[in-house]
Amino acid sequence: MATEIDAKDIHYRDLNRLLRAKIEEGEREFLLRNINGQRYIAAGVSEKVRLEIYGTPGLDLGAFMRGPEIIVHGNTQDGTGNTMDEGKIVVHGMAGDVLGYAMRGGKIHVYSDVGYRVGIHMKAYMDKVPVIVIGGKAGDFLGEYMAGGIIILLGMFSRYPERPIAGIYLGTGMHGGTIYVRGQVSETQLGLGLKPHKLTEEDEALLRKHLSEYCEDFNLDLEEIMKEPFIKIEPYTHRPYGKLYAY
Amino acid sequence: MGEKKTTKKKKVPQWASFFPDFIIERDPEKCINCRICVKECSYGAHIWNAKKKELSEDHTKCVGCHRCEAMCPTRAIVIRRNPSEFREHAVWTPWFIKNVYKQADQGGVLLTSTGCAVPFRNYFDHLVLDACQVTNPPIDPLREPMELRTYLGPKPDALEVEIKDGRFRLKEPLPRQIKLEVPIMFAAMSYGAISLHVHQGLARAARDLGTLYNTGEGGLHASLYEYGSNTIVQCASGRFGLHVDYLNAGVAIEIKIGQGAKPGIGGHLPGEKVTEEISKTRMIPVGADAISPAPHHDIYSIEDLRGLIFALKEATEYKKLVFVKIAAVHNVAAIASGIVRAGADVVVIDGLKGGTGAAPTMFRDYIGIPIELAVAAVDQRLREEGIRNRASLVASGGIRSSADVIKLIALGADAVYIGTPALIACGCTMCQHCFTGKCPWGIATNNPELIKRLPPEVAYEKIYNLVHGWAHEMKEMLGAMGLNSIESLRANRDKLRAVGLTETEMKILGVKHAGE
Repeated sequence: MATEIDAKDIHYRDLNRLLRAKIEEGEREFLLRNINGQRYIAAGVSEKVRLEIYGTPGLDLGAFMRGPEIIVHGNTQDGTGNTMDEGKIVVHGMAGDVLGYAMRGGKIHVYSDVGYRVGIHMKAYMDKVPVIVIGGKAGDFLGEYMAGGIIILLGMFSRYPERPIAGIYLGTGMHGGTIYVRGQVSETQLGLGLKPHKLTEEDEALLRKHLSEYCEDFNLDLEEIMKEPFIKIEPYTHRPYGKLYAY
Repeated sequence: MGEKKTTKKKKVPQWASFFPDFIIERDPEKCINCRICVKECSYGAHIWNAKKKELSEDHTKCVGCHRCEAMCPTRAIVIRRNPSEFREHAVWTPWFIKNVYKQADQGGVLLTSTGCAVPFRNYFDHLVLDACQVTNPPIDPLREPMELRTYLGPKPDALEVEIKDGRFRLKEPLPRQIKLEVPIMFAAMSYGAISLHVHQGLARAARDLGTLYNTGEGGLHASLYEYGSNTIVQCASGRFGLHVDYLNAGVAIEIKIGQGAKPGIGGHLPGEKVTEEISKTRMIPVGADAISPAPHHDIYSIEDLRGLIFALKEATEYKKLVFVKIAAVHNVAAIASGIVRAGADVVVIDGLKGGTGAAPTMFRDYIGIPIELAVAAVDQRLREEGIRNRASLVASGGIRSSADVIKLIALGADAVYIGTPALIACGCTMCQHCFTGKCPWGIATNNPELIKRLPPEVAYEKIYNLVHGWAHEMKEMLGAMGLNSIESLRANRDKLRAVGLTETEMKILGVKHAGE
């Protein structure tokens, strides 16, 4: 049985203190109701707990966290998964700006659209490869400075059918990692020096692996998603500024 | 603009190589061909010709670090400025001519190390201290207690005292404080920019001196977790090696917004410097550039800064103080006020003269304002707004002696950070080539062979000695002023007088002219 917390009129500080106390007592499953803008939920939590959230969490949901699984029935604000380390965040709605900033591991699945500067400076190390899957569209600077990890952009479940799948400066300054985009993306949207590439067989296998988990989370049909071909965007060099200087 | 034109065809002359900065002089009478100079020079300026059994020099490669000179067993080597002179011209000095040559040859951004090298007015050298004569007695710290102890952290607006069991007690507990036995901390220098041995030396020295050192942005090496109670961990825009254990490892977390040596830009640790060990600590692949963006992309406003300060506090359950470090720029006082209101426990201001392992020369030399003016302006502004107690003020950038420390505290700082003096204590000769990663003194390098030249014990002893000496000098200066505690000096600008400063400068510094 999940521990249920009614967060109505509870300040984030008290809410987090309560959560931590319950985790300390050994509780592992939580149901948070009436979440309305509380910031930093589960920030820095290192235990493998499961949080189901109803409402709209505030800034920095799951920041620095290492392990928890968070399911949000609603939208999330800016900074979701900021510098997160391990665990998973599933958003059954939209997410704000800087989703997964400097993310180091774990997964973020968003059903619909995301804001600006999503996944910037994500990094990977050894077996820690962070993954962000976005069902809708993304704002400008998606994957800026990306140093590792995977971003998958579907553009399917968007509130904005008239907009391009991603904003401008897609992947600008990226020097690691991969961005997969369903359908096409105009080269004018891409960051300096980047080009769209065709997928290899390994890419296909990797996409299927990550997307089948995504489909399970949102009860979607994988084949429907895979019907349209994807392109991938990779850094043109791992040393984008290697030749910048004079000595 | 396309790529720069650097195709190295033989016929294209390299102007910069014609005019080396230094000349290596070898005395053939003294030289015994032992070839130690060849081994010691990581830049390849000394060359051994095995066929002819002769030593020669490539002056263009000499950076003026003096390692060969120091290590030569017969003292046969002297490094001199290249005596070859350009025609005198007050505007077009060799520095500018040679910089143009370098850029014409290579088409890039001029890169350098350390702090501002332009001889702007150094306010430290225009401020003098007071001493007691006749009317009030000086105190001798050799015979009377003298306190340098400093507490960092927010102080309450007012203290409420109650009597409990016949004893006076504070009604409310004090906000969390960090105790420093000496108000000199070691500035953020990342593992990557400097060697692990220097980090180990700094950590041990900080522990034994009762102060703190700062990890910089490069994460925390596994061997340094034991020094946690003397550690400040840094959270900069690249967020390298930043995880929950790291955040919890020290007593404070510093959000690095800016650095005096390069305000407004981030940093690039070149791939060459990302070795196996660095890769483990930063958690990035070996050989990949480590790029720190110019801004934290989750901070575009004071409100956003508050967002990150409290994200860090929540993630560490309010057990750590949060420092916010900025470069001293034009509106530093207003920015500092915003930082205090955003909830920072300590505001760190790094001035124009602050050092770095690598910065574009134009940034190092021309961006930012001197720390003396910045500290005075910030302290004054926070007092006027009635929020000075809500955060401590740490100053850094260009401190060369204990007198500079004393002056900054008299101008309003609670404590200071030193970086360059700690490295000079380790043997640095200020050749300003840290960015190459080839430091022949084993300081600003992680080359496994080079770092052996500075063992951690040596770094520890030298750094410890330096601060020990400075601390004693500070006690002497306090005693001479008739003060027995550093607390009594803070923002006590009456203890300072200006020599040769303008009205405006004195107004900003809040000091009178000597004689007044």
